[in-house]
Amino acid sequence: MSTALLFAQALNGLQYGVLLFLLAAGLTLVFGIMSFVNLAHGSLYMVGAYAAATAFRLTESFSLSLVAAVLATGVLGFALERVAVSRLYQRDHLDHVLATFGLVLFFNEAARLIWGPQPYFIQVPEALSGTVNLFGFNYPAYRFAIIAVGLLVAVGSYWLINKTRIGMLIRAGAVNPKMVSALGVNIQLLNGGLFALGAILAGLAGAMAAPILSVQSGMGEPVLITTLVVIVIGGVGSVSGAFYAALIVGVIDTLGRAYLPMLLRQVTERSFADAAGPAVASMLIYVLMAVVLAWRPQGLFPAKRG
Amino acid sequence: MGGTLRTEALTKRYGGLLVTDAVSLDIRGGEIHALIGPNGAGKTTLINQLSGELAPVSGKIWFSDGDVTLLPIHQRARSGLLRSYQITSVFDEFTVLENVMFAAMAAKEHAFKFWRAMVDNRRARAAAQASIASCGLERQVDTLAADLAYGERRQLELAMSLAAEPKFLLLDEPMAGMSVQESSAVIALLQALKGRYTILLVEHDMDAVFALADRISVLVYGKVMFTGTPAEIRNHPEIRAVYLGEEEI
Amino acid sequence: MNLQNFSRVSIWVPLSIFALLTLVPFAANALDQSFYISFFARIVIYAIAASALNLVLGYGGMVSFGHALFFGLGAYCVSLPAFYDISNGWVHLAYCLSVCGVVALITGLISLRTSGIAFIMITLAFAQMGYFLIVSLKQYGGDDGMTIAMPSNFGLVNLGSPERIYAVALGILALTTWWLARLRTAPFGMALRGAKTNARRVNAVGLPVLRYQLTAYVISGMICGLAGMLLANLNAFASPSALSWTVSGELIVMVVLGGMGSVFGPVLGALAFLGLEEILKAYTEHWMVIFGPLIVLMSLVGKKGIVGLLQKLDRARPRQFESRAATGKVERPVQKEVA
Repeated sequence: MSTALLFAQALNGLQYGVLLFLLAAGLTLVFGIMSFVNLAHGSLYMVGAYAAATAFRLTESFSLSLVAAVLATGVLGFALERVAVSRLYQRDHLDHVLATFGLVLFFNEAARLIWGPQPYFIQVPEALSGTVNLFGFNYPAYRFAIIAVGLLVAVGSYWLINKTRIGMLIRAGAVNPKMVSALGVNIQLLNGGLFALGAILAGLAGAMAAPILSVQSGMGEPVLITTLVVIVIGGVGSVSGAFYAALIVGVIDTLGRAYLPMLLRQVTERSFADAAGPAVASMLIYVLMAVVLAWRPQGLFPAKRG
Repeated sequence: MGGTLRTEALTKRYGGLLVTDAVSLDIRGGEIHALIGPNGAGKTTLINQLSGELAPVSGKIWFSDGDVTLLPIHQRARSGLLRSYQITSVFDEFTVLENVMFAAMAAKEHAFKFWRAMVDNRRARAAAQASIASCGLERQVDTLAADLAYGERRQLELAMSLAAEPKFLLLDEPMAGMSVQESSAVIALLQALKGRYTILLVEHDMDAVFALADRISVLVYGKVMFTGTPAEIRNHPEIRAVYLGEEEI
Repeated sequence: MNLQNFSRVSIWVPLSIFALLTLVPFAANALDQSFYISFFARIVIYAIAASALNLVLGYGGMVSFGHALFFGLGAYCVSLPAFYDISNGWVHLAYCLSVCGVVALITGLISLRTSGIAFIMITLAFAQMGYFLIVSLKQYGGDDGMTIAMPSNFGLVNLGSPERIYAVALGILALTTWWLARLRTAPFGMALRGAKTNARRVNAVGLPVLRYQLTAYVISGMICGLAGMLLANLNAFASPSALSWTVSGELIVMVVLGGMGSVFGPVLGALAFLGLEEILKAYTEHWMVIFGPLIVLMSLVGKKGIVGLLQKLDRARPRQFESRAATGKVERPVQKEVA
């Protein structure tokens, strides 16, 4: 068990965690403020990935592909909110689930229609295809860039929510939307913008993940479900909870998949370990979720209600 | 004869806010004990602790000499300590009969019965019909609770508690929002029940309080300021100042 | 059930559909289209699963987005013993009911500590966990699933042909529907339905809500597993795709489409959903592009579903069979929903 490998895997976990945070932040914000369950969030991730991949194929420019992803998901997110989502705020969660389920099915099929069922591959951009030297170890530059961008977004969102006027309006809108409206703020615009912001974060995550995963129809849902686990562990509605939980889940999942089969082989006989290892590793974060819920049903870092 | 309810230094705190301040009550069997106090005094919070929906920070609650402080709400209901809600809390999807029968059944039996209809339960039906009759809802037995007028919903609220054949009733503003006519009917009903059950009555309607109560406790800022008979309360200068103000009773 | 109920559209239409369903094998063989037996068997099996979900979702108000877990586990409770040459149907059945029961108990205990959105997310997560577990078991087929060499053999009958599976499934659906109809007004059903809209009051009148919800969840899991068992026999195959989140979602759509919390909703919903799917498939392979938005539309329209529509027709008809109040006053009519 070399230290270099452990370090690399830990960083991979961090990188995965950061992507999960980008998704979780948007999802938990929309839920915390508009009380809307958005299962189509994974579709926005997918749209970001496809937009980035297509733009990259056309322009060979990674920065342009990121812009394409942000634009596509921002516009789509805003449109979705105005056309469908806003009609459902007064309804119960089941209606949200049904509507967004229908949207997911639609988006997945639409992707298959437009791009075909086979996975799309794009390369890691030239500029970031090398390695960086961290504490004496070499780590892929691209993955490091993802971590950097993700942490930047985390800091940015903290600043936005806690230190700006818009953030204050967002927090106020969460507790008392009518009052915020009465103060002359266009609450529809605020909600639309907020939903679009969540969509952009998801699209950004999709765009950055595109070179290291395969872009295909249905790629959003497994990630979405992991994001739901993150939100449940962190505490529904809490962005800081989502941050810590995302990192925890990312690291545990990555290290678990990397080392659990090997560890099992030390304690039990090989054939059992080879069979059970990957199985248990894949269940690890769900077991973690179950344990957290059994101990603290409101999550580890629940949002403080005003 | 109704059950007795005694609390010992019952305390509830929300962060730094002391909502229930070492409340010690001693409610005697068969009496109607009224709990009055200005808005925000913590009356509903106190009722919630007595019924079991809210856990006190410290103190004890004794129901007919049994320590119920840690007993969950459904078990307190089973042992005869029942409550009604200030904001009507009935089952809108069920008819009046189903609502009251449900309450009658739930108080004495479990519901792990998967075949025979609940309305076939003879004992519960008899208890329910008696309760519906005394609350004046006979004509609405088959009406959905959602379709009742406000006053009728308050009556249903009360009927559900009575059908459970309680020993002790926690009534949280049963006459809230009722017309004068409807209130008189409820006052008459409660007077008829005197002695059979013990009642802790939270009410703002002073006419009702003075007509019904054997004793009155005054709650101010979570603390029981005074407990006494209606006459004693009427003449107590401090209470007049704090709560009754300048009004003549 | 008194006779005047049979005059209601919302009663005789579903009952007629049941009657028609019994004729399917005969009609299919007469028309030499035996494919339809398998097609309708699949509908009946999904109707059983939807009925199971209706118990927790429709009656109990618990939005479980993870019922595919039990559906899939039920299928694997046939394929795993079959892998080890155990084809005794009773063993399969016992295995299925105990596995699904235990899994439902454990996941239910944890999930019911939460409510609302968290509950939805957690049930979804548990189903996904099951999916990943099964996919990672390479020696049992993993991603590709497991073929089943021998059908479940119950001694007198074995589930070896579509006709036999259809008959058994239809019988189970009929019994389940009848039982759920009785359950609706039985104490257990009343407790569940009460807890759906006012859990606080149910506790306050003396019933521990959690115990009833958990019981319903376990029963639901077992019935759903039973449906999975039948599906495995029908396909002679157990696939991890039966545990996918889309299946969970489809079951919810069926329950809501049919009419949430109604007795005949699940069978009408399964019929409508899978029927519509088949019709759209004939037009285009990308039928989901149409189906998806239809589901979105359904969510905007309302949850009374097909049964709700039928009940509206009931209210619109002249009620010559309804008794008038003794006072002769024209009161607002009270239509007790019996289904």
